[in-house]
Amino acid sequence: MGRIEKAFASAKKPAFIGFTVAGDPDKTTCIRIARALIAGGTDILELGVPFSDPVADGQTIQKADERALAAGTTPDTVFEIVTEIRKESDVPIVFLTYYNIVYRRGIERFYREAKDAGVDGILIADLPVEESEEVCEVAALCGIDPVFLITQTTSDERIKKIAEKARGFLYLVAVLGVTGVRDQVSDGAIDLLNRVRKHTGLPLALGFGISTPAHARTCTRAGAEGVIVGSAIVEIVEKNLGKPVSMERDLRTYVSQMKKDL
Amino acid sequence: MTTQGRYGKYGGQYVSETLMSALIELEDAYSRVYKDPQFTRNLTDLYTEYAGRETPLTFCPNASRELGCKIYLKREDLVHGGSHKLNNTLGQALLAKQMGKKRLIAETGAGQHGVATAIVGAALGIPVEVYMGEVDTRRQALNVFRMELMGAKVIPVKSGTRTLKDAINEALRDWVANVRNTYYLIGSVVGPHPYPLMVRDFQSVIGREAKAQVMKKEGRLPDAVVACVGGGSNAIGIFHPFLADDVELIGVEAGGEGIETGKHSATLCTGDTGVLHGTLSYLLQDEHGQVLPTHSISAGLDYPGVGPEHAMLRDKHRVTYTAVNDPEVLDAFRFLSKTEGIIPALESAHAVAYVMQNAERFDKDDIVIINLSGRGDKDVAEVAGMIEKC
Ligand SMILES: Cc1ncc(COP(=O)(O)O)c(C=O)c1O
Repeated sequence: MGRIEKAFASAKKPAFIGFTVAGDPDKTTCIRIARALIAGGTDILELGVPFSDPVADGQTIQKADERALAAGTTPDTVFEIVTEIRKESDVPIVFLTYYNIVYRRGIERFYREAKDAGVDGILIADLPVEESEEVCEVAALCGIDPVFLITQTTSDERIKKIAEKARGFLYLVAVLGVTGVRDQVSDGAIDLLNRVRKHTGLPLALGFGISTPAHARTCTRAGAEGVIVGSAIVEIVEKNLGKPVSMERDLRTYVSQMKKDL
Repeated sequence: MTTQGRYGKYGGQYVSETLMSALIELEDAYSRVYKDPQFTRNLTDLYTEYAGRETPLTFCPNASRELGCKIYLKREDLVHGGSHKLNNTLGQALLAKQMGKKRLIAETGAGQHGVATAIVGAALGIPVEVYMGEVDTRRQALNVFRMELMGAKVIPVKSGTRTLKDAINEALRDWVANVRNTYYLIGSVVGPHPYPLMVRDFQSVIGREAKAQVMKKEGRLPDAVVACVGGGSNAIGIFHPFLADDVELIGVEAGGEGIETGKHSATLCTGDTGVLHGTLSYLLQDEHGQVLPTHSISAGLDYPGVGPEHAMLRDKHRVTYTAVNDPEVLDAFRFLSKTEGIIPALESAHAVAYVMQNAERFDKDDIVIINLSGRGDKDVAEVAGMIEKC
């Protein structure tokens, strides 16, 4: 059983999946951020591999990608960050990236290096299931879970197709739109959860727009096995740039509050 | 994936999951109108009655004498709006209307595609919002005014490099958020399937007309057809009907300040394969796959990607892709203005510059067709500034 599957299977409560951009604002601080997220109780760590043109992301994460790239972050840096985290933690790690980063390095090389560093799953935001055959084959060979997005516009027919290829968990997009903090969790998100549930036994995690304990509760009461928080975490990083000690403290506090009544 | 969306290994649909349903809906709608004679009639009517087609294939006696071959210009500068862009926006807007979409969004670099979208929005009664890099809104302020005059809303894009690439990113983000009622009207043969196919089909009117016109005037096919390549829509539009013929096809990219300086937009000449904006094609990128900033004297060629069909035609050696630099483009801009009284768009001046530079390759009786994709009125203020500086 892989780390992701184990995390969901053994959890007594729904999982908190925390996202940060690898290399934001630089390699050393990013490792401290990851530690703080884990110390606060993050069950699965999601790392964004920064890309120059992150079209699935809103302003907050775009700016984090820009900071990471300006600091010279490359896939090598990202793998080094994972290696560092792995020395001290067994938390499942999932990459979230864009296809050109993987394509450019070579699919096999990217997945092999990711596996060697200790990555458990990879989600490619601009690789729909129709284009994913080669990636899924390589992922299976390397023992990495291919994670896919499902959105409110995904048809039942495509949900089935995606659920067949996906491993680890399914990432349900709670909004029609890009990443970024929103006021509330929409009814559409809960409808989506119920619709996907009919087609798969995989754990379902809701993400995009979720930032408060109340949001998280809405999702988990409706039966989500996990919630994914990205922009809210990156906003804490952004507010504390240059102040790593208060950054770590705020992140730890935030995650433990989010976790409290999941 | 249907083989339809692929050009060799290039093309495809590399988009976020939210957009897949929209692309499937679009594919479906397009495959229906493609065969619908009523749709074709409506579009042809708009081409003739509104856009001013067919455009002339103008013989240039003075330029021919100077360059030592028979120069013809395909006059897309005379299309309403001042460039070939309207051929595509009319087609796509008709389709959007048929699909019941209530809102058009578009990206624009130089502003020509934004203007062409604003035109169809006004003509067909659909609200238009245009994303434009903040840098370009300043470079092409007159086009911003034009779009607003025709009722379009122009949204300056402040992210990334603040040029065309980021305008497309922002349009894609808008589309993801408003996918149910919004039609994304892409301005070139780029983006995910079915855009490269659809835009090519709508722009192929250029080549079909040119072929018939040259047959009528000269009784034979041309020796060469030359077009500038940004995303590649005017080029594929004129090339496509000649692909199966024994005609040399030449695509001219923006060499900017020179390939060796790195400040250029010559994607097919120097790029590697990669994925941007939903399609696998050639791409200007660094060794890690990050997209590089581009440069060109002409905002319309300032794009790090290129249409996937061009990528295939390059690999097959069916089309020759080359580049000319900014100073030669300025020379061509002045040359055509002076010799023929036709001020070309800086984009189109790239094609003219290629023929000037390679005039010795052609004999006196050789027929060379240059696709004059747009008129240069939008560029005169900027060129005047540059000439002053020199
Ligand atoms: C006059 C003109 N020609 C050419 C282009 C480049 O686009 P494409 O390569 O799609 O024809 C533009 C783009 O703005 C343009 O305005």
